[in-house]
Amino acid sequence: MENPYMPYPVRIDDIEIATEDRSLKTFKFVFLNEGDEEKFAYQAGQFAELSIPGVGEIPIGIASSPVEKGFVKFTVFRTGVVTSHLHNMKVGDIMGIRGPLGNWYPWDKLEGKNVVIIGGGFAFTTLRSSIVYMLDPANRSKFGNIDVVYGARTPGMLLYREELYEWEKRSDINMHITVDGTDDPDWKYNTGFVPQIVEDKAPKADADTFAIVCGPPIMIKFTQPALTKLGYGPEQIIMSLENRMKCGIGMCGRCNIGKELVCKDGPVFTLEEINQTPKEY
Amino acid sequence: MDTCIQKIREIAAGLLEKGEVERVIGFAEGTIPMATSPVAISRKEDVEKLTFSSTCGLNLANYASKEKGRKIAVVAKGCDSRNLVTHIVENQIDRDNLYIIGVPCPGMVDKFKIASEMGGEICGFKEEGDTLSVSTAEQTKDLKKSDFLRHNCEYCTHKNPVLYDVLVGDLVEEQTLDNAFPDVDAIQALDDDARWQHFQALTQNCIRCYACRNACPLCYCPTCFVDESGPQWVGKGQDKTDVDTFHFLRAFHCAGRCTDCGACVEACPMGINVRDFTRKLNKDALEMFGWEAGLSVDKRPPLDAYSPDDPNDFIK
Amino acid sequence: MKFITIDKKDWAKGIDKSRETYQLFGPVKDENGCQIKALDADVQPDMEYTDSVLSAKSVLFPQSEKILCTSLNEADDDHHIMKRADTAYTPRAVVGLRPFDAKAIQLVKLNFDTADYRDPYWCDAYEATTFVGLAANTPGPFDFSISTGTGPFGEDGLDILLADMDDKFLAKVLTPKGEAFAAACGFDAEADPKESQVLLDVLKKEAESKIDSSVDTDRLKEKTILDLHDAPFWDDVAFSCINCGTCTYVCPTCWCFDIQDESKRKSSVRFRNWDTCMSSLFTRHATGHNPRGEKTQRVRQRFMHKLKYFLDKYDQGIMCVGCGRCVKSCPVNIDIRQVCQTMNNYEKQE
Repeated sequence: MENPYMPYPVRIDDIEIATEDRSLKTFKFVFLNEGDEEKFAYQAGQFAELSIPGVGEIPIGIASSPVEKGFVKFTVFRTGVVTSHLHNMKVGDIMGIRGPLGNWYPWDKLEGKNVVIIGGGFAFTTLRSSIVYMLDPANRSKFGNIDVVYGARTPGMLLYREELYEWEKRSDINMHITVDGTDDPDWKYNTGFVPQIVEDKAPKADADTFAIVCGPPIMIKFTQPALTKLGYGPEQIIMSLENRMKCGIGMCGRCNIGKELVCKDGPVFTLEEINQTPKEY
Repeated sequence: MDTCIQKIREIAAGLLEKGEVERVIGFAEGTIPMATSPVAISRKEDVEKLTFSSTCGLNLANYASKEKGRKIAVVAKGCDSRNLVTHIVENQIDRDNLYIIGVPCPGMVDKFKIASEMGGEICGFKEEGDTLSVSTAEQTKDLKKSDFLRHNCEYCTHKNPVLYDVLVGDLVEEQTLDNAFPDVDAIQALDDDARWQHFQALTQNCIRCYACRNACPLCYCPTCFVDESGPQWVGKGQDKTDVDTFHFLRAFHCAGRCTDCGACVEACPMGINVRDFTRKLNKDALEMFGWEAGLSVDKRPPLDAYSPDDPNDFIK
Repeated sequence: MKFITIDKKDWAKGIDKSRETYQLFGPVKDENGCQIKALDADVQPDMEYTDSVLSAKSVLFPQSEKILCTSLNEADDDHHIMKRADTAYTPRAVVGLRPFDAKAIQLVKLNFDTADYRDPYWCDAYEATTFVGLAANTPGPFDFSISTGTGPFGEDGLDILLADMDDKFLAKVLTPKGEAFAAACGFDAEADPKESQVLLDVLKKEAESKIDSSVDTDRLKEKTILDLHDAPFWDDVAFSCINCGTCTYVCPTCWCFDIQDESKRKSSVRFRNWDTCMSSLFTRHATGHNPRGEKTQRVRQRFMHKLKYFLDKYDQGIMCVGCGRCVKSCPVNIDIRQVCQTMNNYEKQE
């Protein structure tokens, strides 16, 4: 087997400032070695360790989608040693990516079903990967209705804004974009917290509908009751957890919660699985 | 020792019954020979767990500062009480929330020295007055306690608590020493190379467990310098420079505050004499500033205090 | 099964001969007690020791290990491209480790050698190592390894088991690796297998009778994780804990590690270092959120992992081999045997 600690060398191909306060940047990477991109074949919902020699590694959800070829994209929030260093890097710089790591959203179980995607703040990265995957012509027919509730503090804090607005115009997906508040008079979409919009706009549960939820702990805390009100049972609610990680391959023990290792048995869990695990996340 | 155990239990029961404190922090009997375990008693029915012996080598002031806002009672030997004073001076504890059960201390025994003398793992230990009945798988011997005191207890000049709300025994006689730091003198007498070798050998088995730091009542920084990451001051591996930096710098952070309670040495699983790092600084504090830590709640420590009449040249 | 008798007069010479093929590790006494160390050319393993302070896990899993290195010099063609650090796993042998340490290595192997990933550093070291165990005729006072499934004469994970018989060693060769080691030492005086096994069994029974410490683990499996996790006794267990790393570092089955990058001028190295779940930094997110920020949560995590999560996940018993090192070395005398009994006997109050 290959050395799982060895990253694939990549080059930064593009850097976009993702939010108006510049705290998030979207990085586009291309693999230096031919063949590495095939080896890195991933599914929507997985993450990778971005590896900067001499500085450290960070586990970040993959924002690009498996149907997008030739590059991989990650959206990174600047908060610590490694992310700050990454934010100061330039196009052309070389670093490493280890992965893909973790499990993914249960695409085989979701086939033929309706999917409700709920995201908040900058936890939308793997959800973007999922939406692009589902909307791809080769895949769209595999799924039923797609509803998306995504909110941020202000319009300028929404990730992938242009793509969101494009999706909103489509008829094969129901977008419910929302912000906590705005003084923009031309704001066309919803205003209100994500849990409230979920309660108001998300479809009621039935045997064929699943909800994928990804967001900060506070959002999840209030979204859960909203989903319960709409009739979603814990086996129908799919969540992506975060935790402090180092190796990403289930060996260093850091992300251990109960029997699970978030990096290997997760980060995707159903609410039913999470309910049987200590609340240490 | 037995009467003092009885008194500790009685006092604890009284305090808990009257609701004067929420918890009494003391020592409980250990599960292995020569061990005692810090314990927090919050119900009167549990006071029988409290005990005291010459194996109570840890410093309970370490726990006292973590009980923010709670009214507590603490069992304190001479050195422990000096750390409680230091905590009050450094605003880590409110004197009004603290009830000090003072224990005049005849000295704690050196567990490594005893094990070394007996040549094996100790599986039995009984203390009767000045006699220690110790056994290994091979032999049983009676040892004289005064021959096996910890080094810091041998040189202790503050066996009686300096601050207390009640005493559980008669005061013990304090000793005056001609030279309180012969160990420091011995190291100082070495030439540079030999002295460097001494400290290199001292930390060769250090596993960076931080038991010494965590057992020390003075080390209460929310983020210790070795744990800081922005910027990172010290590496986390076993590079000798990083290991040495941790020890030397921690000693300096305790300069003028250390009471030589020996909890660091007691806690170290590798038997490293951590006090070789701090003793020199204690000696310097005494000789340069006439200062011994934790003797009075009214005095500011020397590295903290300034007066226009300060005689030192460097300030002028 | 092959048995070899080794006259103690020939032992040192044989060990020295094996140095032609193997790098040797073994117990060595120093000022701070007994340690398992790499043996210098003139140092013999101490076969009279009771127990070492640290376990033998450092032979395969050093406290600080280089895993990758990089040149940061932009003039180099391969700058910023990480390479595996030069790690040579020449054949090595650990001589004199206790059966519980060898069993512990088998438990740790479950972590580093999985169906999905193989840790090359640990696994390559494991494959290059021969384990020559020394049975404990007189187990130490903290040994409770019978109730954890090993005992003083356990053979799990060993290539050779040596039993001390005063003027000689009786060696039970368990694997081809063990055979190779015996050959490299020149130990070839074969003994009758039937008689030898009888002798060994007698010694084993005697040694086992000297262990009076045990733990009950029979009722751990039937309880749910959440019931044990939410039990009310954790605050009491955790009070005296000072959150150092002693228990985790002396423990042969603890495997958690940290990954750190260090750079100096134009090159950088990625290390892996032992880490401890007892440290408050262990689970601290970069945002400052800490799921196990309270001491009680961390103490509970350690015991739950050892005695419940591992049990449920791997179904191979508890993650403790009964060596007793944590019991001996814990500065505040938190005793895993007591905690195990408390957990095993816990009945949830409805």
